[in-house]
Amino acid sequence: MKPIYLDYSATTPVDPRVLSKMLPYFTEVFGNAASKNHGFGWAAEQGVDEARAQIAALIGADAKEIVITSGATESDNLALLGVADMYKEKGNHIITCVTEHKAVLDPAHYLETQGFDVTFLPVNKEGMVDLTALEAAITDKTILISLMAANNEIGTIHPLKEIGALAKKHGVLFHTDGTQAVGKVKIDVNEMGIDLLSMSAHKMYGPKGIGALYVRRRKPRVRLSPIIHGGGHERGMRSGTLNVTGIVGFGEACRLAGLELEAEAEKLSKMRDRLHKGLEDKLDYLYLNGHPEDRLPGLLNISFAFVEGESLMMGMENIAVSSGSACTSASLEPSYVLRALGVGEDLAHCSIRFSLGRFTTDAEIDATIEKVVATVSRLREMSPLYDMAKAGIDINTIQWAGH
Amino acid sequence: MYSDKVLDHYNNPKNVGAFEADDAVGTGIVGAPECGDVMKLQLKVEEGKIVDAKFKTFGCGSAIASSSLATEWVKGKTVDQALAITNSDIAEELSLPPVKIHCSVLAEDAIKAAIADYKSRQSTSEPS
Repeated sequence: MKPIYLDYSATTPVDPRVLSKMLPYFTEVFGNAASKNHGFGWAAEQGVDEARAQIAALIGADAKEIVITSGATESDNLALLGVADMYKEKGNHIITCVTEHKAVLDPAHYLETQGFDVTFLPVNKEGMVDLTALEAAITDKTILISLMAANNEIGTIHPLKEIGALAKKHGVLFHTDGTQAVGKVKIDVNEMGIDLLSMSAHKMYGPKGIGALYVRRRKPRVRLSPIIHGGGHERGMRSGTLNVTGIVGFGEACRLAGLELEAEAEKLSKMRDRLHKGLEDKLDYLYLNGHPEDRLPGLLNISFAFVEGESLMMGMENIAVSSGSACTSASLEPSYVLRALGVGEDLAHCSIRFSLGRFTTDAEIDATIEKVVATVSRLREMSPLYDMAKAGIDINTIQWAGH
Repeated sequence: MYSDKVLDHYNNPKNVGAFEADDAVGTGIVGAPECGDVMKLQLKVEEGKIVDAKFKTFGCGSAIASSSLATEWVKGKTVDQALAITNSDIAEELSLPPVKIHCSVLAEDAIKAAIADYKSRQSTSEPS
């Protein structure tokens, strides 16, 4: 069987159209975009300018508001650390939530060691923060709200417009980690009141190692302390010779996303629902993780009760997916995101994330359904927990000897 | 990532199933769902010798392989010989990486729990 890739939330292949746009920039248009006194530099700069405009256009921003970075992790770090340092005289309080990516949580924890107070808001069982709790958490010391656009594990999409309005009402900056959302669902920084937005090229058919941070220039003008110091590139916010090929690829990926986003979202939602239904038709004890509607179009996170996630992946050889099972990590702790939703540890171990993308076909979805159904059925026949469930025993009432 | 032996036990597990409750059967259930693995191992004993074994396991591939191997190994052994099987024997046979050693520990625990259960049945069923 030809391998099937259903892990687009981890990374995407570079779209061939993106690659062909990038290629000349390796060998012919190889100049340093910062070389202002010869044609090689100008040509490279022109490529960067065009790409910057394409990146900005996808999110309704101005090209001058795009700071190029090495990816979303750097963008998240720059947003949190840069705002914290620049606005520390104004206040020392930051609000985020427990299901954020580590690229937000870890800088937030670091800031706690530097005298900042961070509120980590809980989420409900669908992965949403409560807006009333968010507003209640804002104090006169709050300088930043950082809440992700779409969650990487469960795909839940936060109500960005409402969060942006709350931030504006209280004069607090709003950063959102848009890694999973940009290029998949419509994001408009002005409509949604976003002041800082992290983006990554490789989640949207661009190359790895390139990303951007949108930094609002007016109403309000957001200022940042840099975390990387040097030649003063990117208006001093991010020094370092520009990765011209990467930027050009990112730009083209954004242009294509702008053109195809709507049709692609519709196609992926249909495929995702086909996958979900196909599994539900043949298997019992399935639990959807995440919000049933406000969710990324191509993402399906399901717990297959009584079957451990890693053993399921092992049986689905040639189908690439992710699991929230502890056995896939060295920590032996199941997914903190699923735990934060209140998903029991037993079900967290049983979760699989299917993420579909541009090159997924209906035939692949059908083959996946068949393989997953067969593997889950086989493993359940082997599972003592499935026996208990069928015998009407609630496994939560048993006193287990943990280890 | 997985050794051939783990893959083989995972794809063709030996002795999957369960015995009817009986005084000649010892049952050990170890682990916990929230830890991601539960092993149920059953032994059938005749005249001090383990004549048959069955398992059911919820867990990763290495946990399934460890329990499958355990059932193979205990068959034909006396109860005391089975008690001498250690987790490192199992881990070595399956070439388990360090993060999977706990699977072999669980299999050893399951054998011991099944034998303890068998012994307790013997002592309670003896005529008074």
